[in-house]
Amino acid sequence: MTPWAIELIGINKRFGEVHANKDIDLKVKRGTIHGIVGENGAGKSTLMSILYGFYTADSGQILVNGTPHAITDSRHALQLGIGMVHQHFTLVDNFSILENVVLGVEHSPLLAPTFAKARAELKRLASEYSLDVDPGAIVEDVSVGLQQRVEILKALYRGAEVLILDEPTGVLTPAEADHLFRVLRVLREQGKTIILITHKLREIMAITDSVSVMRQGEMVATLETAGTSPEELAELMVGRRVLLRVEKGPANPGKVLLEVVDLVVTDDLKVPRVKGINFKVRAGEIVGIAGVAGNGQSELLEAVSGIRDQKSGDVVLNGSKLSLEGDDGAARARLAGLAHVPEDRQRMGLVINFEEWENSILGYQDDPAYGKGVLLDIDAARRQAAERMEKFDIRPTNVRLKTANFSGGNQQKIVLAREMERDPLVLVVGQPTRGVDIGAVEFIHNQIIKMRDAGKAILLVSVELDEIRSLSDRILVMFDGKIVGEADPATATEGELGLMMAGIGTKEAAP
Amino acid sequence: MSVRRPLPRWADVALLPLLNLLLALIISGAVVMLIGQNPLDALRIITYGAFGYGEGFGYTLHFATNFVFTGLAVAVAAHAGLFNIGAEGQAYVAGIGAILVGLTMDQTHWLLVLPLAIIASAAIGGFWALIPGYLQAKRGSHVVITTIMFNFIASALMVYLLTRVLKPVGQMDPTSAAVTGAGKLPQLRDFMSFFGYAPLNITIFIAIAALILVYVLIWHTRLGFAMRTLGHNPVASSYAGISNSRLIMITMTISGALAGMVAVNQVLGVQARLQLDFPSGYGFVGIAVALMGRNHPIGIALSAMLFGALYQGGLELQFSMPAITRDMIVVIQALVILFTGAMEGLLRPGLESAFMLYGARQKAAAPAGPGS
Amino acid sequence: MDLDTIISVLAATLRLTTPLLLACLAGLYSERSGIFDIGLEGKMLAAAFAAAAMAAVTGNMWAGLLVGILVSIGMSMIHAVASISLKGNQIISGVAINFLAAGLTTLLGLTWFHQGGRTPALAEGGRFLGLDLPFAFELKSVPVLGPIYDGLISGHNLFVYLAFLAVPLTAWVLYRTRFGLRLRAVGENPKAVDTAGISVVKLRYQALLITGLLCGVAGAYFSIAQGSGFGNNMTGGRGYIALAALIFAKWRPVPAMFACLLFGFLDAVQIRLQGVDLPLVGQVPVQAIQALPYVLTVVLLAGFIGKAVGPKAGGVPYTKEN
Repeated sequence: MTPWAIELIGINKRFGEVHANKDIDLKVKRGTIHGIVGENGAGKSTLMSILYGFYTADSGQILVNGTPHAITDSRHALQLGIGMVHQHFTLVDNFSILENVVLGVEHSPLLAPTFAKARAELKRLASEYSLDVDPGAIVEDVSVGLQQRVEILKALYRGAEVLILDEPTGVLTPAEADHLFRVLRVLREQGKTIILITHKLREIMAITDSVSVMRQGEMVATLETAGTSPEELAELMVGRRVLLRVEKGPANPGKVLLEVVDLVVTDDLKVPRVKGINFKVRAGEIVGIAGVAGNGQSELLEAVSGIRDQKSGDVVLNGSKLSLEGDDGAARARLAGLAHVPEDRQRMGLVINFEEWENSILGYQDDPAYGKGVLLDIDAARRQAAERMEKFDIRPTNVRLKTANFSGGNQQKIVLAREMERDPLVLVVGQPTRGVDIGAVEFIHNQIIKMRDAGKAILLVSVELDEIRSLSDRILVMFDGKIVGEADPATATEGELGLMMAGIGTKEAAP
Repeated sequence: MSVRRPLPRWADVALLPLLNLLLALIISGAVVMLIGQNPLDALRIITYGAFGYGEGFGYTLHFATNFVFTGLAVAVAAHAGLFNIGAEGQAYVAGIGAILVGLTMDQTHWLLVLPLAIIASAAIGGFWALIPGYLQAKRGSHVVITTIMFNFIASALMVYLLTRVLKPVGQMDPTSAAVTGAGKLPQLRDFMSFFGYAPLNITIFIAIAALILVYVLIWHTRLGFAMRTLGHNPVASSYAGISNSRLIMITMTISGALAGMVAVNQVLGVQARLQLDFPSGYGFVGIAVALMGRNHPIGIALSAMLFGALYQGGLELQFSMPAITRDMIVVIQALVILFTGAMEGLLRPGLESAFMLYGARQKAAAPAGPGS
Repeated sequence: MDLDTIISVLAATLRLTTPLLLACLAGLYSERSGIFDIGLEGKMLAAAFAAAAMAAVTGNMWAGLLVGILVSIGMSMIHAVASISLKGNQIISGVAINFLAAGLTTLLGLTWFHQGGRTPALAEGGRFLGLDLPFAFELKSVPVLGPIYDGLISGHNLFVYLAFLAVPLTAWVLYRTRFGLRLRAVGENPKAVDTAGISVVKLRYQALLITGLLCGVAGAYFSIAQGSGFGNNMTGGRGYIALAALIFAKWRPVPAMFACLLFGFLDAVQIRLQGVDLPLVGQVPVQAIQALPYVLTVVLLAGFIGKAVGPKAGGVPYTKEN
């Protein structure tokens, strides 16, 4: 028997014009944890979906334990002992954990014998890998960490010998992530093979035995983790030395332009997500909010910009309190001089089926600049859109082109141009460079700093700690809906920030 | 699985709907053959009946008038992402407004009756659509289901009103009293004998105006921009400061008001009284018209003409080929809805591949051009 | 009201509930799999016509039933192709099917049978008649229970018993079998089903097959059991009432039965209430009772009495890429 659990040879996959995987070779040794790193869109998830049978490769070969197989679908992959935990869980929310575990591998037409067997098996798995769950609990009632555990149990219940985890820690708190890593180590001790897809180098260094780096659909290197460094991996990922520091001068904070007072915000299910937050942002400074995704940052952004109703507390802009209630609060926030670059441009910031010029007035459709009375002055809007295209180097330069046909970076520039060119007092920015190519990242960072230097107050939310550290003048750390600490980006270490993001070692934020 | 290149715009707006229509007509032809008739003869009779002489053409325009209103009603809602299946019920209750204005103002002048009837019908039709709109906006109930339910509620309500309230004492038929004076809208045949006895009336100009107004509304006003934003992406519209709930209610009201115009045409323009079930399915035809017309006023005008011709030609057909009744039109309508609406994906992939092949050949024929 | 009247109203309720219940359960399978179905009415209508036509031509009611079911399944498969394979709009497809049935049944009825759209009346032995349960006659004289057994429980045709048997059967399938588990899963989260290695497409086709089957039985009930022949628009909107009942029951089989019984009861009493003075309210217009199922459904949907939330994936075609 070969030492390789998985061998991929010459894998190719295209989606239309996009060559997602180019001639990929990959070998994964049995009983190890193998990391795959790469930027968003490097082709990691596609490659793993091919291994799992969710997509079929255009060409190439897959060997499992030395034997070639043409994996046709997920069921086939499962039969070969390959299980996958997707980034977005594939659980049925209103099913019990037990029902989710057996779905698809019920061994009898009636459920009763299947359930009996599954209960016994879950008990065994729980003791063997410390993966305790209550089989009767309904999935939507349990925490995200527990839901992920159900996904792992699903794979193990199906007899997975190779477990693929796609960005498993993105939704986890640091404590939950630690627990996950302990489980993964136990699994490795028991002889399982684990493939960990991530873009977080810290995780690669902490847990993997070997690591492969992907860039723009190609496999650029496979290394022993012990013999490499985060710097080397980062360089391989982006293909050149990363400029970790953004060039910027010292901040000259002026008067307070944005103040958030005792803000409480709930989500759609009335669960409090922001639990009494206070902070100020001054003219000419960038305040960065760091935190693990899902700790209330999204709700904070949506509340401050008037999209989501606040439960209590105030948002004060340039000294006057904003009234944001109702489902058109965003219009009033804009009128008061608050511009908002949302976290997810495709879901919120753009209408992907609109022509470019239409998106360049989205949110400002009632502005007198675009016509008199009820009518819209389309020519004026198009003229202005064309000017902005030039200024922000948005390509292709066609205001009539459907927005979906622009690249991620150019779409983000459309949003930025719209929000920045209104000359707002306050700019609220969420995940400004998510899914944006490297070239555009620099441009976007420079634009944000330019806004700061023009005396705007900027509130920046990002889950990329590097981005927060290099852009912010002050860092606030958010955990479980609260500000748990403040740090100076010049002096704070990643370790200190990490502890705060995990809710450990908190100190009260200075307002 | 490969991602296909989208169709060129003209193919998407014109060619594909036409191919789908052709498919629907071919299958309709098969149905005609199934009942032992010659589909080409049927087509000839329909065409002549609808366009061949003045009165027939007048009827075609008359039916098309109704379909413009209901097609626009469905389209306006569709632009905001709402599926209004209730145009039938909205038109029906709007009849109350039309007849009340007609009866009370019967002794005045039609110049007074017409605007008031439009307002009253629009108000009641709009109100009947506003309730499902409100329930969708504020209570989250699906507008499709509620508008279906409101069609039935409208029907029960109107039967009650016509049998118990609006029926004159001593009359057997469940209809309202008749308008005889100013309540009866001017007929085009009074000015153009060309139209024979066709009930084509002044309302057709309201329909033309409605087409233009809806075009301006959707593509040239701030409200229309907001509606299209909502229709494409409700999250983006609330990000844009648009009140989605208010906009849903406004849109449904406009939609219902447009459907209500059918009442002006039918009640005051043709029947001169309020009759049981006077919208006789025109509201539902609106779905086919809007689908076929791609929710665009020009498309709606054309497809309303098509259905108007089918309705009128179908009547004619009934005389010449007694085997084929007007129900044939319902079948054609169903097939049009099926192929241009639900099975739109049937021909699209093939057409896209055809265009890609053609495009590739073009490219091969003209090498070394500047990159696009 | 005396016992006989009550029994006769309740027996009428059962008879009127039967097609509602069959159609409602039909819709349950479809919607639980994540496919909206507003075409229940059309499928029933087409089945009613096909069953009556076949029964009239062959003189065999079983052949009628079979053809009715096949036609309904055929229409259900049109819906399946449009909404599952072609990923079309499920509402539009349902609307099309309703019109197709309305047009074709009348058109073919007129041209085939020349009786104003009706199919020839079936002879006594040519349709499904009431079945006398054992000892119904003997027990008739037992006070209270006798008439109930004889008048209410016994004497219905096969379809009535089938419909009520379909309720526990559906509940059993849904909650106790592998197929049921997968069906419920695919309506909530098709991706979970897909990643578990089960074909979403196949599962949904199976669900719509059952929907077609049940609608076929419901339709046949109108024309070859309850009635003796097809009449124009015979189903009279019952498909929509069944849809309302399905929402009312929050997509669960046993509550679906009670919702259908309620709507069937309303239908049964409205005939009796015509012109009757009720204490306190006076005369209730028939139309008010006719509209009641729709009004109740609207009120329920609006969340004024509980909240009806359907299967999460309902109405959305499944595509892998997201």
